[in-house]
Amino acid sequence: MRNIFAIAEKELKSYFASPIGYIYVGLFALLYGFFYYTMLAYFVRQGMQMSQFGGGAQPMNINQDMLRPALQNVTVLVLFILPMVTMRTYSEEKRSGTMELLLTSPLTDFQIIMGKFLGAMGLYSVGLLVSLIHVGILFVYGSPEWKPILTAYLGLELMGGCFISVGLFISSLTKNQIVSGMLTFGVFLLLWIINWIGSFGGPTLESVTNYLSIIEHFDDFGKGIIDTTHLVYYISFITFGLFLTAKSVDSERWRG
Amino acid sequence: MIEVQHLTKRYGRVTAVEDVSFRVERGEILGFLGPNGAGKTTTMRILTGFMPATEGKAIVAGFDVFDQPIEAKRRTGYLPETPPLYPDMTVAEYLTFVAKIKGVAPGDRAKRVKTVMERTRVADMANRACGKLSKGYKQRVGLAQALIHNPDVLILDEPTAGLDPKQIIETRELIKELAGNHTIVLSTHILPEVSQTCQRVVIIAKGKVVAVDTPANLVDRLSGSSTMYVQVDPLGADASGALKRIAGVTRVVEADRHEGAVGYEVESERGHDIRRQLAQAVVGGGWGLLELRPMRLSLEEIFLSLTTDETAAAAAGVAGVDQVAGVDVPPVEGDSAHA
Repeated sequence: MRNIFAIAEKELKSYFASPIGYIYVGLFALLYGFFYYTMLAYFVRQGMQMSQFGGGAQPMNINQDMLRPALQNVTVLVLFILPMVTMRTYSEEKRSGTMELLLTSPLTDFQIIMGKFLGAMGLYSVGLLVSLIHVGILFVYGSPEWKPILTAYLGLELMGGCFISVGLFISSLTKNQIVSGMLTFGVFLLLWIINWIGSFGGPTLESVTNYLSIIEHFDDFGKGIIDTTHLVYYISFITFGLFLTAKSVDSERWRG
Repeated sequence: MIEVQHLTKRYGRVTAVEDVSFRVERGEILGFLGPNGAGKTTTMRILTGFMPATEGKAIVAGFDVFDQPIEAKRRTGYLPETPPLYPDMTVAEYLTFVAKIKGVAPGDRAKRVKTVMERTRVADMANRACGKLSKGYKQRVGLAQALIHNPDVLILDEPTAGLDPKQIIETRELIKELAGNHTIVLSTHILPEVSQTCQRVVIIAKGKVVAVDTPANLVDRLSGSSTMYVQVDPLGADASGALKRIAGVTRVVEADRHEGAVGYEVESERGHDIRRQLAQAVVGGGWGLLELRPMRLSLEEIFLSLTTDETAAAAAGVAGVDQVAGVDVPPVEGDSAHA
């Protein structure tokens, strides 16, 4: 456990020793702020219109109508900027030769992978923390429900974990960070749009692709529902990604 | 301390290391010598547990590197060919991180970091980012990293590469100091380094061990007294005929000639000491004997002959070192010399 934390700490520190950490958090704050602002502006305008015309439509809900779409947009953000975080995890170590240090230290592959995973999760969580400021503002001026917010953040963490595990795996395949970043982005995009593909192929394929889509599973978390189906999906996805990473690191060792 | 038995490593169809066996005693410095691409780095990577061997067995500090890798790695310090530094970390941060992952107890870390920085003379750069160090400093931080957990075994892949002459001497001194408490395997393609620092040498070429011996014995074994250089002032006559008539002489070659003095290289059968007869022949001919000395092959020449031409090596009596290299025979002295 101590070894895992040592690696995670090193990873997290290295993000902030280079511009990557700051760029990530900065971009996240900027883009999330934009989404937040547009959603809030829309919500306020809608509310004013409703009060002018004397209601009649269904009552408005800050969680449902404003926060949920804003947090859902985080999934898009993640798609674009998370490859930047994961692309270097293994590629950089391989290129600079520090992989030799890690693999000849008394560490297991599992400890190295978990350390790297937690390090990337750490940076991702720092980004999410920034978005909590925005949520805090809502609490100052309104009275949103906190429970669906909590489940939404749980969902975001799990979804980020999936992306990160895939990113780690791809990074472990190549020395070249650019190749790693592009591939990761491509795979993320594929995982994001996979349910579009399904919508052309009849109900059976659609239900399969819907099930595979990382984004689809986030939906219920956003509504405040913790469904074990989604929990199981996310956790098995992460496990599978980390398992592939372990296999990739191990096979690299045999091939030399 | 280190025991390597019949190690073979194949990458697909390419065989990088084939049937390598040797053994290193506690406190010894073993030099690993070979041209680039001979399999030095591969062997070292196997010893450090970076990659597994295709066949064979390696025991480091009493632990099999394949079966008990964590235990073996705990007792091994490794300096790879390129020092494994994180460019963004400062030297002190980096060494503290390495101390953590090498399992140095939290209470001892600060002390160990300080000690190794002083030993490797990098303390003045403690707060400099590793990426901004000069090549010499990088190499020494790499060495500091290998020492941080005070390992029993040190494996150093070209520890003096990229250093200036003064730093090379300092590093060699440091390595010699470290022997005794640590068992050291170092690789190099610089020959003087071997004769100056190592007690024993493993010469490896094309993935195979071609010789295991002390540097002095290697020189003896291949050169011995087989060729003599004799410089004569023959007063206008030709001395080569007289030299050829000496019993045991196989060949006489005129090597150089200036201002009346002629130098000859006289080859004789191995084991025949012909110095007295040579001197007698020259003096008996009424000529002037200006110089007479055995021609010793330098370590360079031995190395070249061993690594480029296997038949030459075999002819010179180095064939059969596989037995010397094997673990059954104590590989201390070159007992197959002059066989």
